[in-house]
Order: sequence, then C-alpha cells, then structure tokens
Amino acid sequence: MSITEILLFMVSCILTNNFIFSRFLGCCPFLGVSSKVETSVSMGLAVTFVMTIASLFCWLIYNLLLIPLNLTYMSTISFILVIAALVQFVEMFLKKSSPTLYSALGIYLPLITTNCAVLGVATLNMNNAYGLLQSVLNGTFSALGFLLAIVLMAGVRERLESSKIPACMKGFPITLVSAGLMAVAFMGFQGLV
Amino acid sequence: MTILYAGILLGALGIIFGAVLTFASKKFHVEVDERVAQVRECLGGANCGACGYPGCDGFAAAVVAGEAPINGCAPAGEKGAKAIGKIMGQEAVVGEKLVCRVLCQGAAGIAKDRYEYDGYQSCATAAGLAGGPKDCRFACLGLGDCMDKCAFGAISMENGLCKVDPDKCTACGACVKACPRGVLKLLPVSAKVIVRCRNSDTARVARAVCMDACIGCGRCKKECQYEAITVENGFAHIDPDKCTRCGACAAVCPCKCITVD
Repeated sequence: MSITEILLFMVSCILTNNFIFSRFLGCCPFLGVSSKVETSVSMGLAVTFVMTIASLFCWLIYNLLLIPLNLTYMSTISFILVIAALVQFVEMFLKKSSPTLYSALGIYLPLITTNCAVLGVATLNMNNAYGLLQSVLNGTFSALGFLLAIVLMAGVRERLESSKIPACMKGFPITLVSAGLMAVAFMGFQGLV
Repeated sequence: MTILYAGILLGALGIIFGAVLTFASKKFHVEVDERVAQVRECLGGANCGACGYPGCDGFAAAVVAGEAPINGCAPAGEKGAKAIGKIMGQEAVVGEKLVCRVLCQGAAGIAKDRYEYDGYQSCATAAGLAGGPKDCRFACLGLGDCMDKCAFGAISMENGLCKVDPDKCTACGACVKACPRGVLKLLPVSAKVIVRCRNSDTARVARAVCMDACIGCGRCKKECQYEAITVENGFAHIDPDKCTRCGACAAVCPCKCITVD
C-alpha cells in the first residue's frame, strides 16, 4: 500500500465507516463507559491496543490454519477463542511488564473480551480479504475511530450532566438521542473517500 | 472427516492457548503482598477518596508500600488505624476524631432569598448564577451537593439547610470539597461550642441578609473568661483548645449564632 492509500484508508476507517456511528459495532462500551472523558480515553486506548493485536492474530489463524484446512466456517468460534486468550495474555503481560499502563487501562482491558467491535474487525478483515498489513491497519484505524466516537460522546455527556433536561428524558433517553444525532452528523462524511 | 478436523483444530487451539496462558501466568506472576488484602479489610470501604488515593485498594497498596500513613483513612477511624498498625507492625498514632460541622444557620425564612432559583438542583450550578439565590454570599445554598457526595448517609437537608449527623460522619471531607460556599468545616468532635456563621460583611449588611448572621459585636468575647474568643473578619472565632464549653457566650449572643451541642 502506498502512503496515499494508507491515508485514505485511515480517513475511511475513522470517519466514513466509523465503527460506532456507521457500523453500529461496540455500542455497549460506547454507552457504558462514556460518562467521563478520562475513563473514555482509557477505554478507547485499551480497545485500540486489543483490536490491533487481535487483527494480526486472527489474520494469521484464518490464513495459515483455516483456509488450508478448508475450515473457514469455523472462523467465528476460533476468532472468539483467539480474542479471549489474547486479552488474558495481554493483561498478564502488562501487569508484569508495564504496571503503569496496566493500571491506566484498569478494568477496561478484560471488558474488551466481550466487545463485539473486536470480533467485528476480525470478521470484516476476513470478508474483505485484506492482506496482513491492511488487516492490522484496519484494526488500528477502526479502533481510533472508536476512540474518537467515545471521547466525543463523553464530552457531550459531561455537558448533559449540568443541563436542564425534562424528567422523562433524563439519563439514557437523552444519551441515546445524542448518540443518534452524532451518528447523523457522521453520515455527513459519507462519500468523502 | 471434516468434522473431525474441525474438532481437532479447535481442541488443539484451545490446548495451545491454555498452555500458553498457564505458562504466562507462571512467568508473569506478580507477587501481591498479602498484607494489602488484610489492610483493605480494615478500611472504611466506601471508596470516598478522602485519603487522596484512587479508592480503598489504592490506599491499602500505598500503606503496605510505606507511602501512606496508617492513620490516613478517616472513615476507619482509631479502630481501623490500630488494626492496620497491627498488620504493619507499627504503633498507631491517632489524633482526635474530627467531625463535619455546618457553619451556617441560614435556613429558608431566616436568610433572605435574592431570587427564586428553579434551575438544575445543584449548589455548584446555583452558586454560578449571579452569586447564588441567597442574599448572603456565605450562606448554605441548601441544594444538597454535600448530601450527594456523602458516602455514609450522614447529611440530610432540612428546610434549605444541610444537617450533619455526627454519629454517622467519618470526617472523610468529601462534603467539604463539594460545597461551593465553604460552609462545612471539619472540627474536633470535642469542640461543642461553635460559631455557626462566617459572614465577614459589616454588621449592617450581615443583619440585612440574614436574621441569624454574626455581626461581630464582640459581646461573646467580653463574656468569655478564658479568652477563647476572637473577632476577626467581622465574625467570632472560638479556639477549641481554650474553650471550656461553659456556654456563657451562647447565652449572650444577640444573633443566636453560637450554639452548644
């Protein structure tokens, strides 16, 4: 891939095909962990970390094991296995080698095991028949899109905290409305790439 | 035949990952001091953050690492500090128990309202709107920011004024930080005689905004035989070390802003 292609790919992953606002993947942490900007940044970084590594390993498993053995229909279950094991491993590795990063990511790291965005990126890589580099880049850039979305959302929710909202709209209703409006705004990026 | 392959593949993957994880858990094993869990047991357990660490776990780890003092947990109190001292092999040095006091008596009807506030029910928000809905700039706004922050249910709101239950208060200080007006203060539990006003305006202004405001007249100071009272910044201060809790000052106060518990 040339530099131009990589940049275009980045714009497409982060803005045009944003995981949350146009693919609707990973909505659970998007709504659950977006009440404060600080924690949302931690969550976004943890997702970026795991999605990059998961893309790499899922590509390897898929192309080196499943395709030669003609077992491509087993992809979902083996991806889940890979992701779960990987997150466990990364958690133990970080705890030992980088306690600072470990405490910064905190509880969010194990939570990512059940994040459908991670499985989604692996499945998308497979369906689009991406190469190794493109798969890893797709993982990183899509996760950066997730980071952008969750941080923007946290900013909006912090403002909502101190706004006067009708009682029936307080809490989740207004959050879902804001998320919907943000998704509409992100539709404006369609056709950019 | 293919189903066999599928089974073997998944089984093999599972076994490999299992083996790698087992190996990793041995290789990357981090020694956790068992004292951390023991210290954690002795703490208040409300994650109030008054110690300055992120939650009780953070404080317990800091105590074991020798970074935090063993009496750093206000909610655990003297009993907790002694228990931690036993675990850590140190003698617990505990100061007198503190308790949170409300230095305002400006309930609804006593302190004058400047305007009717019906916005978001938070003292911090109300205080930001033209200096708050009460005429007195030192008054409790009565919208309960302190009550929301209290992890121990010690604060209640009565008639537009916060009230602290001294038995439930653990002096964690969360409410003191939350109050935009600085109405709450941690005082030794033995300081029973308290000046419940901190209005430093002149007597005329103070009296105009609140019926129970301290006007700094100094009658309490004259009455006190132990020189425990000083009048500074327009309101009276009581030195808890000199005060003998005789209550003579409270009896002569024309504004009823000195109370004896």
